[in-house]
Amino acid sequence: MTRHLLSAADLDAAGAYEILNSAEQMDAIQHRQVKKLPALRGRTVVNLFFEDSTRTRSSFEIAGKWLSADVVNVSAKGSSVSKGESLRDTALTVAALGVDALVIRHPSSGAAHRVTEWVDCPVINAGDGTHEHPTQALLDAFTLRRRLGELAGRHIVIVGDLTHSRVARSNVLLLGLLGAQVTLVAPPTLMPAGVHTWNCSTSWDLDATLAGKVAGDVDAVMMLRVQRERMGTGSSGGGRAAVGYFPTEREYAIGYGLSPARLDLLPEHAPVLHPGPMNRGLEISSIAADSPRSLVLDQVRAGVAVRMAVLYHLMAGADEGSGRTGTTGEPHPAAVHA
Amino acid sequence: MTGFSRPVLLRGVRPLGAAAVDVLLADGAIAGLGPSLERPDGAELIEADGAVLLPGLVDLHTHLREPGREDTETIATGSAAAALGGFTAVHAMANTNPVADTAEIVEQVARLGELAGLVDVRPVGAVSRGLAGEQLAEIANMARSSAAVRVFSDDGHCVSDARLMRRALEYLKPFDAVLAQHAQDPRLADASCCAHEGELSGRLGLPGWPSVAEESVIARDVMLARHTGSRLHVCHVSSAGSVDVLRWAKQRGIPVTAEVTPHHLLLTCDLLAGYDPVFKVNPPLRPAEDVEALRAGLADGTIDAVATDHAPHAAHDKDHAFSDAAFGMLGLQTALGVLIETMVEPGRLDWAGLADRMSVRPAVIGRLAGHGRPIAVGEPANLTLVDPSASWVVQPAALASLSRNTPFAGRRLPGRVLATFLRGRPTARDGVVPALSGASAVWA
Amino acid sequence: MPAQPISDTSVPLSPTFTPPADPRPAAAGAKTVLQADDIARVLDRIAHQILEKTSGGDGVVLLGIPTRGEPLAHRLAERIATFAGVRVGLGSLDITLYRDDLRTQASRPLGRTVEPAGGVDGKLVILVDDVLFSGRTVRAALDALTDLGRPRAVQLAVLVDRGHRELPIRADYVGKNLPTSAEEQVRVRLAETDGVDEVSIHAGAAGTARAGGPA
Repeated sequence: MTRHLLSAADLDAAGAYEILNSAEQMDAIQHRQVKKLPALRGRTVVNLFFEDSTRTRSSFEIAGKWLSADVVNVSAKGSSVSKGESLRDTALTVAALGVDALVIRHPSSGAAHRVTEWVDCPVINAGDGTHEHPTQALLDAFTLRRRLGELAGRHIVIVGDLTHSRVARSNVLLLGLLGAQVTLVAPPTLMPAGVHTWNCSTSWDLDATLAGKVAGDVDAVMMLRVQRERMGTGSSGGGRAAVGYFPTEREYAIGYGLSPARLDLLPEHAPVLHPGPMNRGLEISSIAADSPRSLVLDQVRAGVAVRMAVLYHLMAGADEGSGRTGTTGEPHPAAVHA
Repeated sequence: MTGFSRPVLLRGVRPLGAAAVDVLLADGAIAGLGPSLERPDGAELIEADGAVLLPGLVDLHTHLREPGREDTETIATGSAAAALGGFTAVHAMANTNPVADTAEIVEQVARLGELAGLVDVRPVGAVSRGLAGEQLAEIANMARSSAAVRVFSDDGHCVSDARLMRRALEYLKPFDAVLAQHAQDPRLADASCCAHEGELSGRLGLPGWPSVAEESVIARDVMLARHTGSRLHVCHVSSAGSVDVLRWAKQRGIPVTAEVTPHHLLLTCDLLAGYDPVFKVNPPLRPAEDVEALRAGLADGTIDAVATDHAPHAAHDKDHAFSDAAFGMLGLQTALGVLIETMVEPGRLDWAGLADRMSVRPAVIGRLAGHGRPIAVGEPANLTLVDPSASWVVQPAALASLSRNTPFAGRRLPGRVLATFLRGRPTARDGVVPALSGASAVWA
Repeated sequence: MPAQPISDTSVPLSPTFTPPADPRPAAAGAKTVLQADDIARVLDRIAHQILEKTSGGDGVVLLGIPTRGEPLAHRLAERIATFAGVRVGLGSLDITLYRDDLRTQASRPLGRTVEPAGGVDGKLVILVDDVLFSGRTVRAALDALTDLGRPRAVQLAVLVDRGHRELPIRADYVGKNLPTSAEEQVRVRLAETDGVDEVSIHAGAAGTARAGGPA
């Protein structure tokens, strides 16, 4: 298992399946009276968030607590570059408190990478700039797997502001690892640089893609949030208006929104995903968001189970090779690597 | 410049790599050159043993950080780094704090350089007031000052307004000065852009800095240079497309010159994969195709000069996530080694060619008398002695700069500067700089 | 895939979960101590003993400890149904996250915890495992069981007891007592997981002081 989870590419197929399978088991805890597993008892997990995110942070917090860890939330939003404290100083200060794992969210790509240079414990990337959000990809895969079964050979379409989406990057990597085929759909101005080298197809035509005419029949569609600031309608304080990536919300919705008509293009079995928060009427119509195909709430529920699995797998074996005894016999025969 | 300097006899040097001769330096000039010169009384003898003698290197683009960021570098420490790197003259860019946009500040910079006494520090004056890109700075006052500014640049920022660019080019003409442009269209690559726009930036999620942001500005500026008849110099060229535009312009006799940094000749953008900000620089490192075009351009003279863009930064300005870290790399002490590795050893430039790009042409572009001169009797003794067969490992903590942000840490570079002479006086000997003289010693 | 449990389960089986087969190659000097028919007889006896000791299996729940405890529990439940017409609760109890060695071993894949339809509160829970060794697995199972609910009593059924207890734990139902040295390995194979029913003892591999099935 990888030491840190900074990118979906840190996992190999075996590791990804291990996490997803463990998440299946941990998901059951939600129905129990005693929502506690002792796996991380006595360990401390710090959520070091340089960017607001109630949803992701609470998800990690619950995940840690249900595994009996002590969870500390540190909001470093004010103590960043603007106040002159370097990222290194912030990371070292928190690590000096004695943490067993760091969960980091930061507005700049690669921030989690840098932190691994300075701290000893496992680091989990909860979203860095426009780079990656690996636990989101894992919970998306978990949700899809429950609905569709194994993802090998399945065709997943991802639509939206791909240039600025860390969710898209992580999903392309993880779905590819699990053997799925991915098609990215966006207007040219929202396609990432170098996307032609990625392990996916691309298209500017959402209708043709959903109808199966671009890369074959579609098994699921994932709509990504389009930030309104990216539109051309905004203007920055004094001076020139910012040139948008797209002229108006209306034109975006017409070309790339998941309208009821587009919903009907999908095969019956194909679900709709969205990492949230949703801009109803922009990238996703209310009809689509509330339809029986929508797995949006399942994704949220999956978040806790998946993050529990990630915390467990990354934090186990911290004292490996320390010479401590008291084992429960030989390692599980299936864990040949142990 | 005070101080008595003994005559120096260099025995067995190879000027520009030619056959070995003896060279005598006395009274600030080359006093003798020939086989088996006699050693005058009191002269220091240096057994050069076939080392190469070059004209002292001239850097058109250095950031000495004084006034304003003396914690990262001072004119004195930067001069020391320059002397150790084989330089006898450096042009200190104007983006200090306060900005060098008046005669008073450029005269102060020149004075501090004189006090340090290790290299000739030529201040660069700002093009626009405060580097704001709106109004002309006091170009004439700076040109007429005792600092005699001949290179004007808003480096760090692009003179992007076409009208201002035209005015500035015209305004420079009476002074035989040159406008050194930092080519970066802010509408195509703004301050947040930090990685070559391409496969890597897309994968790493770093805001992209496309080559066209540089090429489009150069294309516009060479036409303005043609229109005004003024001299244009392009800073730190980084892309193949830029070299194409320059070649086209020179074929048409447009008065444009260009420089390239050592790091753009050696390093490629894939180094950014680990998000280490030591590789963060403006313009960014680019792919191998661009590096190759830059080497070819330097070899055939489309690119006239090597300029270090030495940019010291404190550790706490780099200890951030990549996009939040400061732009820039050290360069003065490593420049020669990188050039030997990328251009001389593969045979793309001989020593005469290297001297041309690192000394002769920069001195001409900067209208710098006394530097980049032929190695002949009567010429000022601004010289660099290099052992091409030796090598050294770059250790950040051992560099003379107050900062440590070199992208070559741990790397073995070919060639070692044995000695640097400023008007016949050794400013660096065997990797050591003699005690700094004058008031600047307080800052050292 | 294990056969469907013969009583209701509260959580649908994940389509992807398959119990891992024992990948260890057959060691030299193996001695078979139980063959398929021996195992069948032993399980018959345990089933009868359970019926006897629990006065007819009333309120009994069998929880198999993955991996091989699961099929064993299933077989016992089948026999109890055959012999006495009683349907006991059937499920599984994964103990991976309750182990006392989590910090010193790399993370292991998790097994399934499946509660029987009636839950465990107030029931007589019989934990079922293949080998009883140090007793630490059973200790972990007791902790796991506490988080599941509050049985009125807990008993333990094992196919093989090989001795060398490190905790004060004993089994209520033992298929076979197998004196072993600590270096020896006891290997249990079952048709559902390994394709064949067999219990064998192997000489210990060099350097493995505590080889053997989970205990």
